[in-house]
Amino acid sequence: MMVGVQHYLFVSAVLASLGVIAMVSRRNAVSILMGIELILNAAALNFVAFGRYGPETAATPWLSGQIFGIFIIVLAAAEAAIALAIIIAIYHARASINADELQELRQ
Amino acid sequence: MQPADFFFYVFAALTLIPAIVVVFSRNLLYAAFSLLFTLSGVAALYALLGADFLAITQVLVYIGGILILILFGVMFTQRVYDVRAEAMSFNRRRALLIGVVVFTTLWGTARSVPWPSGGQRALAPTTTGLGDLLLSRFLLPFEVISVLLLVVLIGVVLVGKKEVEE
Repeated sequence: MMVGVQHYLFVSAVLASLGVIAMVSRRNAVSILMGIELILNAAALNFVAFGRYGPETAATPWLSGQIFGIFIIVLAAAEAAIALAIIIAIYHARASINADELQELRQ
Repeated sequence: MQPADFFFYVFAALTLIPAIVVVFSRNLLYAAFSLLFTLSGVAALYALLGADFLAITQVLVYIGGILILILFGVMFTQRVYDVRAEAMSFNRRRALLIGVVVFTTLWGTARSVPWPSGGQRALAPTTTGLGDLLLSRFLLPFEVISVLLLVVLIGVVLVGKKEVEE
């Protein structure tokens, strides 16, 4: 069986559901961030796979999939920077970054 | 089996097996280091898909940038060798259930839909095409993202600075 778009969709489906499991079950905020990274990678992999194997029209050249991948990587970098700044600020204020202990917005 | 197909299975295993460690490892540092292999596996899959520029970007930005940030986050906020710092403790069964539901939905859709095929594409460098597209058709998102990065830069400095003043 030749490797086609469905193989890549399988890999990305497993990655995305592992990311969801990490987001739901972890208490540590950094682990939740890792789960989000897994999900973003799965989404970008989908875009690139569809770009390579899908049909091409004049309005959507096949490289559009890779463009979306680039945008996802940039957004993930921005998100990780913000999230870690917030996590470290919370750690300095609370000495804990467990998600279930952070229930109020004030200091 | 063609060599490219063989490498697909190798890289898929390189992506998925460490991803399981990322999710289920009790030691956060091991999870962060497993993320390294997962991200490299995705970069290899990009290369297999003919996305050379994207594969290099993944290595530079994800492994060189985001992963380092995450490692800093783990080491700043965690006593790494503290056994009590259990990483995963609540909702384990419910989380597994949700994960299975998400996977069945995604994979059920992906398997049953007859995706239209565009035929085989030759492997060729993509950098020129990507640059042309970014500066013509995707110019507006490109500019919006540069503004977003500026906002993130300022925002991170503000968030990090506040607790120093106290």
